[in-house]
Amino acid sequence: MNRILLEMKNITKTFSGVKALDNVNLKVEEGEIHALVGENGAGKTTLMNVLSGIHPCGTYEGDIIFAGEICKFMNIKNSEEKGIVIIHQELALIPYMTIGENMFLGNERGKKASINWNETYGKADALLRTVGLKESSRTLVKDIGVGKQQLVEIAKALAKKARLLILDEPTASLNESDSKALLELLLEFKKNGMTSIMISHKLSEISYVADKITVIRDGSTIENLDKRTDDISEVRIIKGMVGRELSDCFPKRENKNIGDIKMEVSGWTVYHPLYTDRKVVDKVSMNVRRGEVVGISGLMGSGRTELVMSIFGKSYGTNISGNLKINGEIVRLNSVKDAIRKKLAYVTEDRKENGLILSNPIKINTTLANLQAVSKHSVIDKDKEYKVADQYRIKLNIKCTSVEQNAGNLSGGNQQKVLLSKWMFADPDILILDDPTRGIDVGAKYEIYCIINNLAAEGKSVIMISSELPEVLGMCDRIYIMNEGKMTGELSGKEASQELIMSYILKSGEGE
Amino acid sequence: MENTKLVMRKYTMVLVLLLVTLFFTWVTEGKMLLPQNVNNLIAQNAYVFILAAGMLLCILTGGNIDLSVGSVVCFVGAIGGTLMVKSGWDIFSCMGIMLLAGAVIGAWQGFWIAYVRIPPFIVTLAGMFVFRGLSNVVLQGMTVAPMPGRYLNLFNSYVPDVLGGGKNFNLTCMAVGIIGCLIYILVIIKGCLNRSKNGYEMERLTRVIGKEIIICAVILAFTFRLAQYKGIPTVLIWIGAIIAIYAYITSKTTTGRYFYAVGGNEKATKLSGINTNKVYFIAYLNMAFLAAVAGMVIIARLNSANPTSGTNYEMDAIASCFIGGASAYGGIGTIPGVVIGAILMGVINLGMSIMGVDANYQKVVKGLVLLAAVIFDVVSKRERNK
Repeated sequence: MNRILLEMKNITKTFSGVKALDNVNLKVEEGEIHALVGENGAGKTTLMNVLSGIHPCGTYEGDIIFAGEICKFMNIKNSEEKGIVIIHQELALIPYMTIGENMFLGNERGKKASINWNETYGKADALLRTVGLKESSRTLVKDIGVGKQQLVEIAKALAKKARLLILDEPTASLNESDSKALLELLLEFKKNGMTSIMISHKLSEISYVADKITVIRDGSTIENLDKRTDDISEVRIIKGMVGRELSDCFPKRENKNIGDIKMEVSGWTVYHPLYTDRKVVDKVSMNVRRGEVVGISGLMGSGRTELVMSIFGKSYGTNISGNLKINGEIVRLNSVKDAIRKKLAYVTEDRKENGLILSNPIKINTTLANLQAVSKHSVIDKDKEYKVADQYRIKLNIKCTSVEQNAGNLSGGNQQKVLLSKWMFADPDILILDDPTRGIDVGAKYEIYCIINNLAAEGKSVIMISSELPEVLGMCDRIYIMNEGKMTGELSGKEASQELIMSYILKSGEGE
Repeated sequence: MENTKLVMRKYTMVLVLLLVTLFFTWVTEGKMLLPQNVNNLIAQNAYVFILAAGMLLCILTGGNIDLSVGSVVCFVGAIGGTLMVKSGWDIFSCMGIMLLAGAVIGAWQGFWIAYVRIPPFIVTLAGMFVFRGLSNVVLQGMTVAPMPGRYLNLFNSYVPDVLGGGKNFNLTCMAVGIIGCLIYILVIIKGCLNRSKNGYEMERLTRVIGKEIIICAVILAFTFRLAQYKGIPTVLIWIGAIIAIYAYITSKTTTGRYFYAVGGNEKATKLSGINTNKVYFIAYLNMAFLAAVAGMVIIARLNSANPTSGTNYEMDAIASCFIGGASAYGGIGTIPGVVIGAILMGVINLGMSIMGVDANYQKVVKGLVLLAAVIFDVVSKRERNK
């Protein structure tokens, strides 16, 4: 057994009363590749942020022991000095600087204020060779591809004399061959004695490179798997990730009455708005019936949000092709206004960024998508507006002092209810809910499930995107599963199970 | 206690205005509130009220400002002055052309900002140079004066005393003040009755009455002072109409609501089916249109069109908005607030002028007041969020 390089003991971290991490333990041996797996929101990234000092010492409980000593990191600089370097999920390179400048940003070569450019570029070039890049370090970052940028990130970490490399979903934005190259590089580093922690959702990659696996679920460590003694096949890992019981967290739906097909898309393809040659949604077909709740499952970045936003009045993407039928007729929705007119509603994923006007009162948020209904000749009847907002407050049980309160001062669950009321007031037939229960507590979740069931009982069609498998299983009549822009599966609510969905989620769309 | 705090917060700037006015009245031994000075407060600052109303819309969309305003005021004034004085055109067709010129300029700038998404700062900075230059071209570097008498009657004169008051007292003016108060009270009462009839929540009655009494008192005192001078300045009618229209638009119409929504969260607004590009376009179209109105007022006030007029007017308008509680990040601000901000600036200017404070120091004070107002706004918001 090798020496233990890093030990995180009983780490507990709370965000305004909610436990994100609960007594998490992590042991990493010198010279191994250690994988950290878990669902979205399980706490992996939080744990790494604690380790790297982004959440400084004192804001969490527990100890970090690195190379035999207890560390109290106050910021990233502290942890980097010890040789702990984290490479974040989103690339943190500055596009209009050269590779060399990026690599030594904040770590400049030279004396005091003056930078020694020869030394900078010399060293940068040498490091680029070790990660297998042939580019000159004087190339601008924007001129190289994403795969190479990821390698530059690694070279940058090496420039900081890393002893422990943390990679947060390093292959999330890479294609097959770039991912492969990166994994080979990690194995190469391992031979030279480098220790790495890798967070990833791609289980095939983990089975391939990892020596040990720690599974985190709901902020606690569930199990440790060791390549030498345990089975670390994908199936085994999935079991660890999802192994929670489905209790009655979900309200029963009464008088289910599923009707004809309400909306149908076929051959739906969408390209990225900036990188216009990148397909984000690839020939997707799906449908939803009257009174049905349909789930779309998949990881973030699987194209699920992009799919529904592109349907909702082309709010996302370019070069959208494919057919959209509502009530059996082909329709073209070129703007959000068109979509609302055709009785579509999209309850956005990120309620703070894309959903609510936090600085405005509840009542203004409630009526925003259907202001005509409370105004006459474009003059707003404020009394009517108040009355409408108040009705929804009572109907959806929104906890607030009054509907004059700013949406920003509400809790997450109540904000979500305001967002729902906004779209319910727009009187849609088809509601698309994008991760409606993210970041809200169990009680509020239950209330939102009840609202969704009521909507379905009224004969509305509901499409629900969710990251949480139990939720999809508990709520949906039918489940679509997406990965890498493709539909990789469709299951009826009866036949679906967490393991089955997870295996579809992780199935790459390409082998189909 | 909590209630008092709330009221204080809401009316901070009104209180500040009151204190500042009292301070200057005291320092100038009452000269501050002499009839002539009250009249000057309106006449000198007419352009600020007009421009600030337009600037508020721009700021609401997300803290965006329009730097070209001063130059547009000058350019439009130059066109009007030249046509009226040199070419001898009819004043009403001239006014039509001036407004049209404003609208065209606004459409030009608005197009780049809203549909090509060039940052407003850049577009209007360019406009600031372009229209200053064009004013010089139109005027050939010279001052055009004097304006026709009929034109001055419209913008730089007083409403005649049809009721025939005494020599030193304009009865019409006072009558207008009293009628204004009555109308105001009636509107409020009608609103209350309407609300109680439909069973909506009511404001507390004491507060409504208190507010009414204070506002009526201010209106009466103000018209009384004006009556003691030469009566109602014609420009006051223009300002009053513009403020009333914009206060109505921003608080009561769907269009007004969209300005707040875009500034509050543009993405959410877009996903609610609102054409955000159009909102930007209207903001800048409207701003230049109001700049044209200000241009009409200014050439009358100066009784000339000259190539340097309008310098720094945009800054006065922007400052009024921020002092009046508009948020530098957009989405927050009201027309009444902006009016208070503009009056506060005017009072400070006037007070210091009467005191004989050096013009350079006046600028220093104005700058500090602006900074203090925004600091207060930001800090108090942070406190509240704690």
